[in-house]
Amino acid sequence: MSALPHEAVAVERPFRRRWWAAPMLPFILIFAAFVLLAIFAPLIAPYEPNVQNLLGRLKPPGAVVRGVTYVLGSDELGRDLLSRLIHGARMSLAAAVLSVMLSGAVGTMLGMAAGYARGWVEAVVMRIVDVFLSVPAVLLAIITVAVLGPGFTNVVLVLALTRWPRYARVAYGQTLSVANMPYVRLARFMGAGRLRILFVHILPNIIGPLTVVATLEFGLMVLFEASLSFLGLGVQPPTASWGAMLSVGRNYVSSAWWIATFPGACLFLLVLSVNLIGDSLRDLLDPKSRTRRKE
Amino acid sequence: MTERTREAPVLAVRDLSVEIEGRRVVDGVSLDVGRAEVVALVGESGCGKSMIAFSIMGLLPAVASVETGRILLGSEDLVAFDEEAMRAVRGDSMAMIFQEPVSSLNPLMKVGEQVAESLVVHHGVSTAAAWGEAIDMLRQVGIPEPERRARQLPAELSGGMCQRVMIASALISQPRLLIADEPTTALDVTIQAQILKLMKDLRGLGDTAILIITHDMGVVADIADRVCVMYGGRIVETAEVHEIFARPSHPYTRLLLGTIPKLTGQRKHLLRSIEGTVPDVSEWPSGCRFRTRCPLADDACANVPPSLPVAGDEAHQSACWHLDRLAEVA
Ligand SMILES: Nc1ncnc2c1ncn2[C@@H]1O[C@H](COP(=O)(O)OP(=O)(O)OP(=O)(O)O)[C@@H](O)[C@H]1O
Ligand code: SF4
Ligand SMILES: [Mg+2]
Repeated sequence: MSALPHEAVAVERPFRRRWWAAPMLPFILIFAAFVLLAIFAPLIAPYEPNVQNLLGRLKPPGAVVRGVTYVLGSDELGRDLLSRLIHGARMSLAAAVLSVMLSGAVGTMLGMAAGYARGWVEAVVMRIVDVFLSVPAVLLAIITVAVLGPGFTNVVLVLALTRWPRYARVAYGQTLSVANMPYVRLARFMGAGRLRILFVHILPNIIGPLTVVATLEFGLMVLFEASLSFLGLGVQPPTASWGAMLSVGRNYVSSAWWIATFPGACLFLLVLSVNLIGDSLRDLLDPKSRTRRKE
Repeated sequence: MTERTREAPVLAVRDLSVEIEGRRVVDGVSLDVGRAEVVALVGESGCGKSMIAFSIMGLLPAVASVETGRILLGSEDLVAFDEEAMRAVRGDSMAMIFQEPVSSLNPLMKVGEQVAESLVVHHGVSTAAAWGEAIDMLRQVGIPEPERRARQLPAELSGGMCQRVMIASALISQPRLLIADEPTTALDVTIQAQILKLMKDLRGLGDTAILIITHDMGVVADIADRVCVMYGGRIVETAEVHEIFARPSHPYTRLLLGTIPKLTGQRKHLLRSIEGTVPDVSEWPSGCRFRTRCPLADDACANVPPSLPVAGDEAHQSACWHLDRLAEVA
């Protein structure tokens, strides 16, 4: 038996749309630039980020002191601001990537478990999510770091601990709706086990909205890490981090504006580009929100 | 009983009752499906057809439970199986396909992978290892260019092709029993006929027994060897297909057949056109459940429910007290 010609139907595949084109391009390039700076920091940075130079303190951008060119100026200990910014990108991105991955994984697992198993698992997990989401996350993070002590690892752990409920909520809602789809039902009728259904049939179908959450969270995590460092609860000196640089720069705003301005600008650019990318991702994956915004 | 069921049936349901919150939505149902036989389960919406299918597959909705009865697949009683044992049988020695062919396929999984699913789940082979078999299976269900189609996503296939894919994924493990719950309802008429023919052709391959659920007498005429007519959670008549059409022996069946227009292609929703409405399951009348709509009903019908076989021979059974007055039903 052969199929009739009208059985063949051409269907547009959603992922073929060229969402990255035109308006998003500059922001994608900015983000990519930060990523490259972070990865290759030691190769790109002109000087060692932690080397002090007492003769070159608080020099403005472009100053040359004993053969050392401070492209973006120097800080209160005579360290090259550009080099510290580049190494600071490393801290910001690493903290954000790790905490997003950790909280994303934990939140997704718990949310999927709640949405698929229902019953008491659902009740317990979602109540905890509600509690977490009702406490301001920054406050929670500050308190926890204050208890655990500062440092990069603790910052990542704390960010993951405070942010997993957002993924859990999205994963939960998505799992609820996908679990009732006929294809998940068919998988059960094929004898697929719980894990196979969750990871082969449900997860790929809910990963889109989770990616959007992760992208928007990423920007937030960059800011959180900076805030914690700003308060002295993050990465400890002398390691470079944008938040800590801002914090120090605050004392010199009138005399050496560049110390606070450049890390601030970097933060702004990075978070802005990540958020815009996240927004366009959401529009891409959720046509409803796009029409809403165009109206 | 037909020739095929005289040897041990593949599926034997005995006195099956299913309850939902105290309501008997399936009440004392018995039926057999023999090797390579196609049995149709017919009846109005809500009469309990899907509940029987879900009981057999061991996947009733959480609110429903099997109260009495045995479900024998070969010699094993599935009612006694625990979830782990059921999972091993499900999708391997018995499979089920559904009405919504397009949404029943995972939108992000290649068609070939979905056809291979049963082998991956039950026989622990990798998708890559099962790929060749999946392509063979796609060819057998009449999908042109199976190598190319296997790599496509369901969205790139038509509804009819998706139904073929679902059939392929159900049959790849050569199940002893295939349950098809309204497999063609969502498809247009020409495709319906193709799918029915395909199922008829394929049952011979693995000697698969087919239980097809429908409310379409036209589908019954097309594909079934034997028919079980259901009303209100009970089987009211069972016979070979030509017998049902030649000598319908239950008032309900006669009314059902009376509503088939002679024009094929216009036969959807016909069961609804019998006068009166199906009573709410919670308030079935005493005695014969059909008596609120039956033109022959009298006091005798109100007391004792007629059960199979009230009358007739072994091959043609009807649960009705007034077989002698059947001629009065047009
Ligand atoms: N999840 C559920 N919760 C409560 N009652 C249910 C549920 N599913 C089915 N029922 C009830 O069980 C009875 C039998 O339902 P079933 O799905 O078996 O009917 P059906 O014959 O398959 O109908 P259809 O042709 O519409 O598919 C119906 O009266 C229905 O109201
Ligand atoms: S038993 Fe009575 S009510 Fe039931 S179908 Fe026969 S005649 Fe009608
Ligand atoms: Mg049904």
